[in-house]
Amino acid sequence: MELMVHDQEYMSSGHVGCPGCGAAIAMRFLLKALGDKIIIILPACCWSVIAGPYPQSTLHVPVIHSAFETGGAVASGVKAALDMKGDKETTVVTWAGDGGTFDIGFQALSGAVERNEDFIYVCYDNEAYMNTGIQRSSSTPYGAWTTTTPGDEWKRLRKKNIVEALVAHRIPYAATANIAFPEDLVRKAKKAQSITGSKFLHIYASCPTGWRIASELSIKIARMAVQTNIFPLYEVEDGVKYTINYRPKEYPVSEYFKLQGRFQHLTEEDLEHIQKMVDEDWALLLRKAGEHPS
Amino acid sequence: MKRVVEGSQAVAEAVRLARVGVISAYPITPQTHIVEFLSEYCANGSLKARFMRVESEHSALAALIGTASTGVRAFTATSGQGLALMHELLHWTSGARLPIVMAEVNRALAPGWNIWVDQTDSLAQRDTGWIQLYCENGQEVLDTVLQAYRLGELVNLPVMVVLDAFFLSHTYEPVDVPEQETVDSFLPPYEPKFQLDPKDPCAFGSLVTPNIYMEMRHSIAQAMDDALRCFPYIEDEFEKIFDRRYGTVEALYCDDADIILVTTGTITSTSRQVVNELRAEGEKVGLMKLKLFRPFPVHHVRSVLISAKKIAVIDRNFSFGAGGIFAQEIRAALCNEPGHPPVYGYIAGIGGRDVTTDVIGEIYRRTKNSEAPEAESIWMGLQEV
Repeated sequence: MELMVHDQEYMSSGHVGCPGCGAAIAMRFLLKALGDKIIIILPACCWSVIAGPYPQSTLHVPVIHSAFETGGAVASGVKAALDMKGDKETTVVTWAGDGGTFDIGFQALSGAVERNEDFIYVCYDNEAYMNTGIQRSSSTPYGAWTTTTPGDEWKRLRKKNIVEALVAHRIPYAATANIAFPEDLVRKAKKAQSITGSKFLHIYASCPTGWRIASELSIKIARMAVQTNIFPLYEVEDGVKYTINYRPKEYPVSEYFKLQGRFQHLTEEDLEHIQKMVDEDWALLLRKAGEHPS
Repeated sequence: MKRVVEGSQAVAEAVRLARVGVISAYPITPQTHIVEFLSEYCANGSLKARFMRVESEHSALAALIGTASTGVRAFTATSGQGLALMHELLHWTSGARLPIVMAEVNRALAPGWNIWVDQTDSLAQRDTGWIQLYCENGQEVLDTVLQAYRLGELVNLPVMVVLDAFFLSHTYEPVDVPEQETVDSFLPPYEPKFQLDPKDPCAFGSLVTPNIYMEMRHSIAQAMDDALRCFPYIEDEFEKIFDRRYGTVEALYCDDADIILVTTGTITSTSRQVVNELRAEGEKVGLMKLKLFRPFPVHHVRSVLISAKKIAVIDRNFSFGAGGIFAQEIRAALCNEPGHPPVYGYIAGIGGRDVTTDVIGEIYRRTKNSEAPEAESIWMGLQEV
């Protein structure tokens, strides 16, 4: 299949991400979609490092690094300034990790979306505080080992459903995307760019280092997250119109879990329990989208 | 034109006259009328600015960091708890070298809830790299906001214009509100030295290793020195146009004074009356008002105070386990001068308690009648509890 993604690159080689870093892949495709008439707000996350130390930058677009919890607020201020300067061309993009989105930055994000600030907020989700040393976040999935959920204290709480939280704000556009589905990712980023008001993209970005997987499995694991219904690809317009973009093969979740070191402690019983939760979430999504189980 | 306005409105008028582009604020515990006036000006078109109604004080400053980084003049106002919440971003603003101006209305910190004047909130932020200017009256507030933009934009540092809650923020006084053209001749449009621009992409605030971080911090230190050196020149220009100046410090009757009172904020006005009365009685008393606190005008302070016999500092603030904060700074400024006068530290007016002419008169007499300070900090008017 031919990739419908153009060749222009807005990211130089030499970034300092780990081998197989899903977050680096996600950024590369996002930039291909949005082009270079953008300003990126980069609250503390893996990308604070990946972008490169002063005076280098791997990105060909302007970037402002910001405090951990300020992704929504700094973007609001940048956009207000562009408005005052009469600049209607530049797209404002916040690029944050799951910690900066689900946890410490949630207030500023919620505030910005409630004000319907005209910007795209992108969360690349690697399901823990990876840059700081693999600590659990509210995005860490049920069952995962992290350095703060070690041994038998593995996380026994569900991952926060961030898209639904944003949808509850009646955000004009919210969508999930995945590095193993670049055309879908690019299409959604372009669509977000064409809509006025707040837009939220939740991008699944695998983390070989934190998930204890081989770096060459980064894309495979990401694809399996979709194929198992763990991370469905869908979009929601104006907080009500749900569209499921891809009907997966619905493999059992155990296939996904068994490949990752962070889940090695789970028993068959645990996996059955997780399967039930995933089935339940999928059924709920189907109902919202007005679709039927296959 | 002279108008009778409250201190908060003097701030708002100055922000309007400074042609600020973006204002961001949150109504924490509580805000003052400053942002209510500014909302009104934005709504009725007398100020062509974007007013951002953000969801916290933290986001208020975060948003302006975005605004100022995009090259637009920015303003916020805060108070007490709100300033405390902003702490992380106060450091960020100076580190990013953004000339944001903030009006900070001194309010006591909780618990217990107390919204009256107390300077501990702003003084707890003295090490954040913000220029701090303390004001005595409504006219000074208006003038200082205009000067703050000139100064901050010249040296690329943020400026906090500090005023007392209620005694200044809510008090009506006649204030000369200048014409727009006059202000324009003093304060030109903001020309940022750097900004986020897709045509010239730069990365601001990246990861910095130890081999360059120290030099970056040193350049902030140099900018603070520049601010101290440049402030008198900015005041020269201001005086030419508006016929007013304040000085980094103001010395009243200090040349031949045996005892010099050191004050900030509205306590200064009350002290002027006390000092005039004491002078009329033949007492050799002087008054030094401290306006610029960061950068600290150490040479100026030293030259005013060094020949007095005793210094009495009135602090409406306290650093627990140490003392009044202005007194500590004054002591530090004098300590390397041989034969410097002893510094008496008085704590007064904490949490909005009134500092009357009687209180200031007693401070003078206690200083005069004791050979040496009774304690590092003398708390005035404490009740038996």
